[in-house]
Amino acid sequence: MTTTPSSTTRPRRRPGATRAKLRRWAPGLLLLSPSLVLLAIFVYGLIGWTVKLSLSDEHNALGNKGFVGLKNFTDLFTEDINGRFVHSLKNLLIFTVVFIIGALVMGLLWAFLLERGVRGEGFLRAVYLFPMAISFVASGVVWRWLMNSGTDDAAGGLNRIFVDLHLGFLQNPWWTDPDWGMAAMALPAIWQLSGYVMALFLSGFRGIPAELREAAAVDGASTYQLYRHVLFPQLTPTALSALIILGHMSMKMFDLIMSVSGAQWITEVPAVYVWQALLTSDYAKAAAISIILLLLVAIVIVPYLIYNNRVERRS
Amino acid sequence: MRFRTRAAFAAAGVALALVASGCGADDGDGSGSGDNKKVEVFTWWADGGEKAGLDGLVAQFKTDCSQYEFVNGAVAGGAGSNAKQVLASRLQQGDPPDTFQAHAGAELSDYIKAGQIEDLSAQYQEWGLTSAFPKGLIDSLTVDGKIYSVPANIHRANVLWANKKVLAEAGITAAPKDLPEFFTQLDTLKANGVAAPLALGKDWTQQMLFEAVLISDLGPEKFTGLWNGQTDWGGADVTTAINDYKKLLSYSNKDRDTFDWTDAEKLVMDGKAAYQLMGDWEAADLDAKGFKDYSYSVFPGNGNAYQWLADSFVLPKGAKNPEGTKCWLKTLGSAAGQKAFNTKKGSIPARTDAVATDYPAYQQAAIADWAKGVPVPSCPHGSACSQGWQGAVASAQGKFSSDGDVASLQKALVAAAKQFAGK
Repeated sequence: MTTTPSSTTRPRRRPGATRAKLRRWAPGLLLLSPSLVLLAIFVYGLIGWTVKLSLSDEHNALGNKGFVGLKNFTDLFTEDINGRFVHSLKNLLIFTVVFIIGALVMGLLWAFLLERGVRGEGFLRAVYLFPMAISFVASGVVWRWLMNSGTDDAAGGLNRIFVDLHLGFLQNPWWTDPDWGMAAMALPAIWQLSGYVMALFLSGFRGIPAELREAAAVDGASTYQLYRHVLFPQLTPTALSALIILGHMSMKMFDLIMSVSGAQWITEVPAVYVWQALLTSDYAKAAAISIILLLLVAIVIVPYLIYNNRVERRS
Repeated sequence: MRFRTRAAFAAAGVALALVASGCGADDGDGSGSGDNKKVEVFTWWADGGEKAGLDGLVAQFKTDCSQYEFVNGAVAGGAGSNAKQVLASRLQQGDPPDTFQAHAGAELSDYIKAGQIEDLSAQYQEWGLTSAFPKGLIDSLTVDGKIYSVPANIHRANVLWANKKVLAEAGITAAPKDLPEFFTQLDTLKANGVAAPLALGKDWTQQMLFEAVLISDLGPEKFTGLWNGQTDWGGADVTTAINDYKKLLSYSNKDRDTFDWTDAEKLVMDGKAAYQLMGDWEAADLDAKGFKDYSYSVFPGNGNAYQWLADSFVLPKGAKNPEGTKCWLKTLGSAAGQKAFNTKKGSIPARTDAVATDYPAYQQAAIADWAKGVPVPSCPHGSACSQGWQGAVASAQGKFSSDGDVASLQKALVAAAKQFAGK
């Protein structure tokens, strides 16, 4: 999308260049303008509106009374009852760390195994990739049952399997654990996206020129050295892409949590908190949390976009 | 109603809501331009017993107000939360329905403060409602000397449901009268092999149980005072109540935070638990599920406190057909209208002059209690507190369920009261 006409032939300096330039990119601009206008209104316009709302005191259905500056933002960190917002950030942090590390490790492992030449690669690839085709809501409903926190006689789902296998000591409260419940909540997300990460890494492996492997072989590198010093370093851009994609998905996580636990204290993350604030007509608070969420995602995304732009310009 | 899983069908519901709001607006324009006969009634009663109740009421409306035409403005989905969003936008645009449904009591305060609904005090006198409704209810409905809504029904929140068979096996013959007796019974049940004798669900069901304990420990008057600023949330009696509540939690199922009220109800039906505190919609639900071995009593120590919640209707400012709305409200408040609605919905009429024999067994008992009881409001069901307050308490209760920190819960309750009381 960023590589529109400019990446074709370079213009030559000559009289009437502006007209020629205009003629070259005006049709393109004309074609893009409907989507640009829509983006301007529905994305950037609404972001602007949300920012305005987050600076107002619209805390109930009565409507806006005035401008309060950054009060809504500072209140989230200092005045929120039980430190609810900080708690939701903590939950999000645990979820994000477990989810990203889990999905990256599993994805890399599968990609590595397939890359080593397992039989039936096409089949296995489909099997691993398939969970991604399911929506978080659908898989969340299944995982809600799998991660049933009942134990022993009341056990269901995974706990039931553990009991039946005489592995009762493995039973655990899953997402209802007050401290580490969010780590359990990350399991469905890992299950769902490891296959995607695998596909990314696999294409990364395939993108490494055969000459590099041959050269390493000629130099007498062992398999370990080949992977450690030749192949893995080449995967860094892939790993970065995977990190960004998983990272921004994780920050906005809502549907999975709503379908596994519903909206409640133990598993509350900022996106769920926004929903709860909207239900109680606290528009200003909901807007403030949304803006913080947007900034968090931007911190992840923007450096990546800049990096990507540089790489593209270089090539 | 708040007691359903609010978010279950959120996505589909919003789509529906958008469609419905479009239709609603069209209807409004239609009635505004021509003859003033249509009365658009905005509810979230789209199916089940609620729809049946509404149909019964509409039949009565057709007889009493034959000069007007009923227009159904129901918005389905999300158990009322979608309807509230649609309603908020219509009110902001100055296109209100002729009347809309809202929980009676504190939940109406936003609309009253915004000047979006009309004072109905004169109509209360004219229609004789002031004497037909119990005084405690009238007091709860009155804001600064004015009454803004007509309640259609009354539900009771503080009812203790029991599995008779489980109780009999443990040798328990009578319902507990106060909290100490309740604890003794729960211990007996535990000794008889019922590991978690008290069935409990997630946040708002915990909120209901906690309020029932508060009523027992503080008494109805001080409990009501918690919501209007006359009782201090930081008091020692509230601490006692939190400790009692914490003790009750120890008798409940540990996976409560994963349960909705119907899941907890199933524990009682299956005999895995003996008791459950729940509103009286449970009677209709148990009957519908064909479970007969149940008994009910007021929560131990609540005495004659009748913790009520009610659906009510209002007259919005700028309604296109205010006379038609008044006719709807008059029908709603009349003995015939309340009977037509409540026999079908499974609740009881707010009027004290209802003929009990028109109703099924549970409702007959509830009608008798309502006539002589002390009405107290409920926060999770909108009669005691605003929606924001309710959300804050639900969150604090959820935290308490996982960490059992008494001081932190009390601190949160004090903070919530400070933030929301009188707003």
